[in-house]
Amino acid sequence: MAGVGSACLFIALLTALYAIAASVYGARSGRREWVTSGRRAIYCVAGLCVIAFGVLESAFLRSDFSFALVAEGSSIETPTFYKVTALWATQDGSLLLWVTLLSLFSTTVLFLTRRSLRDIAPWATAVLGGVAAFFLLLMIGWENPFDTLATPPADGVGLNPLLRHPAMMIHPPMLYTGYVGFSVPFAFAIGALVARRPGADWIRATRRFALIAWTFLGTGIMLGALWSYTELGWGGYWAWDPVENASLMPWLVGTAFLHSIMVQEKRGMLKVWNVSLICATFTLALLGTFLVRSGILDSIHAFGASTIGVQFLVFIGLVVALSAGLIISRLPLLRSEAKLDSLLSREAFFLLNNLVLVGLCLVIMWGTFFPLISEALTGTKASVGPPWFDRLVTPLALVLVLLTGIGPVLAWRRFTPAALWRVLAVPIAATGAALVLLLAFTDAADSWTSLLMFCLVAFVLTVVSQELWRGTAARRTMTGESWPRALGRLTGRNRRRYGGYLVHAGIAVLFLGVAASSAFVDQRDVRLRPGDSFEVNGYQVTYREPTAKLGGDSGGTGAPISFGAVLDVRKDGKHFVLRPSRNYYSTADPSLGTISRLFEGEATSEVDVRWGLTRNFWMAIRPDIGSLDKPIREADAKFANASGDVQALIVAALAERYRRDPPPAAFRAISSPFVVWIWIGGGIVVLGALVAAWPSPEARLRRVRSLYSARLGQELSRA
Amino acid sequence: MDPSRKRKVRLVVALTAAVLLATALIYTSFSASTEASKPSEIKPGRSYELTGKVVNGSIRHDGDDLRFRVRDRDGTTSVPVSYTGVVPDPFRDGREVIVSGELEHGTFVAERDSLVTKCPSKFTKDEQSS
Repeated sequence: MAGVGSACLFIALLTALYAIAASVYGARSGRREWVTSGRRAIYCVAGLCVIAFGVLESAFLRSDFSFALVAEGSSIETPTFYKVTALWATQDGSLLLWVTLLSLFSTTVLFLTRRSLRDIAPWATAVLGGVAAFFLLLMIGWENPFDTLATPPADGVGLNPLLRHPAMMIHPPMLYTGYVGFSVPFAFAIGALVARRPGADWIRATRRFALIAWTFLGTGIMLGALWSYTELGWGGYWAWDPVENASLMPWLVGTAFLHSIMVQEKRGMLKVWNVSLICATFTLALLGTFLVRSGILDSIHAFGASTIGVQFLVFIGLVVALSAGLIISRLPLLRSEAKLDSLLSREAFFLLNNLVLVGLCLVIMWGTFFPLISEALTGTKASVGPPWFDRLVTPLALVLVLLTGIGPVLAWRRFTPAALWRVLAVPIAATGAALVLLLAFTDAADSWTSLLMFCLVAFVLTVVSQELWRGTAARRTMTGESWPRALGRLTGRNRRRYGGYLVHAGIAVLFLGVAASSAFVDQRDVRLRPGDSFEVNGYQVTYREPTAKLGGDSGGTGAPISFGAVLDVRKDGKHFVLRPSRNYYSTADPSLGTISRLFEGEATSEVDVRWGLTRNFWMAIRPDIGSLDKPIREADAKFANASGDVQALIVAALAERYRRDPPPAAFRAISSPFVVWIWIGGGIVVLGALVAAWPSPEARLRRVRSLYSARLGQELSRA
Repeated sequence: MDPSRKRKVRLVVALTAAVLLATALIYTSFSASTEASKPSEIKPGRSYELTGKVVNGSIRHDGDDLRFRVRDRDGTTSVPVSYTGVVPDPFRDGREVIVSGELEHGTFVAERDSLVTKCPSKFTKDEQSS
């Protein structure tokens, strides 16, 4: 079966190369049949990649350990759910996922544009084929996911326990879908430049892909944050880790792109800026993949040394050189059709928002690559920590949220101060009211940045509500529809606009969560014996009893042993129980005894969180199994060749011993307000993006019409 | 103001803002950064970001303290570390770690919660023997 997979990759590479050659030849010679052939070759690449993906996935499901990848990343006992995900936990597998997603995206966009964009599409086909060929070459040359083992082991090593979390199942594909999705607008932008058609056609054709890519990337980031919060045992959701930053950078520049293309569509301005932004976004997406895989920066995500760092750098260099060269050579074509009429206009504010977003990206980039920069300048590798990022990013984030509120209410071209006052009077009043209420009833004044953020959130939410209210009321007076119906119709008819409002509201809600939970968090680390209590933020926490479970841990990750605790938490007469635990996984290290091996593998925190709309109470435990060291050593010596059943009995006895005579355990308790709103806000953003991306009836009609006119043109040219 | 002059003023304002931001960026990053150093490179009297591998069999729990030794990635020079705070899940013998702190009386006293452990690429048996 591995042979089939390898063959698929090899044929896919040849097909992708053929697609490049055919579409370039077709575009230059004007022979349409070659262009069509090139496009269909991309469909074939997608088919071949899907087959290869299926072969590998089925090997994981069958636990076929003759595949090196399966033996490294899966095992017989790995739960089925995690067998499926183990494919992209490995470097080779994730490259296969990348290229499969890329070929599917390419196929979709090329199919949708098969009758339009005749000048641009062939070049875009070539670019997409080039990107696919690079990834296929990487796999065939250096990281073949279909490498086989001459002597398959009886059992595999198993999936890294840290990755056994539901969010980890979907987080990498989401991120990759985001990264890959941006290659579509990138390819069409390059196509437009090569074909000297720098109008807004390429934007209209790929705008929706950019929005979908942006949504997936954002969702991936949110899921990564959730994983960090509930799996890593430190209780935070963002740490300015290089790889986190690597996913945020293309998202920020992508956000800027989604805004500035509207200016080009409406006003014919910012053409150079737009092609530069999409090239930057795609380069940053490649950089994100590269950072995870190369290990050049110290990060918890840096999965050891990689063999493909150099190849990636060369490819990124090529992409940058090609984009920059093309943009510079086409500068005369990219002149603006209009000038900025007034600073008080939507386009001016979009430009400002772009500058803030790109500025944010530059700050994060500087911080992320600082170790390399300082090594190059001073010879020592120094790094900047989260406080540095917080200090620089906070003011920019505040400005960004303010713009989120002002941007949507401004009109294109120009706006009078009086008109601005009319739309902003109510939101400003609401912001003032929020400020007074916050000062009077809460301690929000303890952190002025958070206080400012809360006020800005109130401002944005009022702006959005006011817009929805005004639109709905206007529609009602015109049509006499009921409130919900009018709101639904209004949104349905102006999906981009009202979807955008929803996204803005979601971003504001997300920042509410971030500001509240970062400034007003209470955290304590304690060591307790059963019966001991401590207090954090008014919560009385009592360690009731230890737990020790064999198999069937609460998360269903397939951990053989799990030690934990039952804790009673009381506040104001309310009472709830938390059961954090810690899973221990076995290792295959031959230098250890049979029983030690069961404890000395990876260990992961299974935190327990009491989720609430106003406050989360989070707890993690780190049991001290040092007291078991001696009995474990003794068991190692006595039962060196114990069968599985005997081992199970011994472990059960050890667990019983832990339960009866528990040593003190270390606990971390975190009480943080409004954390859940980060993910609720993220959900609203996704919902809004879906509304905006959904094809509207008018757009469908327009497509039919353009199709019709294209056919007419064809008929006429034949006649 | 005539349009060309207006444009010039705008350009100057934008450039000034960009230069200010860039200066702030460079200045704050160099002043806030900590140096990453190997155990063989650190000296008392200033703070470092210590990087290296956990020496096999050196991890001890002492009350709230975690004590272990960190050695050069490709060498044998090691330094004892005293640490309090949250211990990342992948922390164990032989792993690559990063921890911030200062050398005091021959022991590297780490800042609370500053320990970062790298994920192993594959947790295979050669991981521990290396």
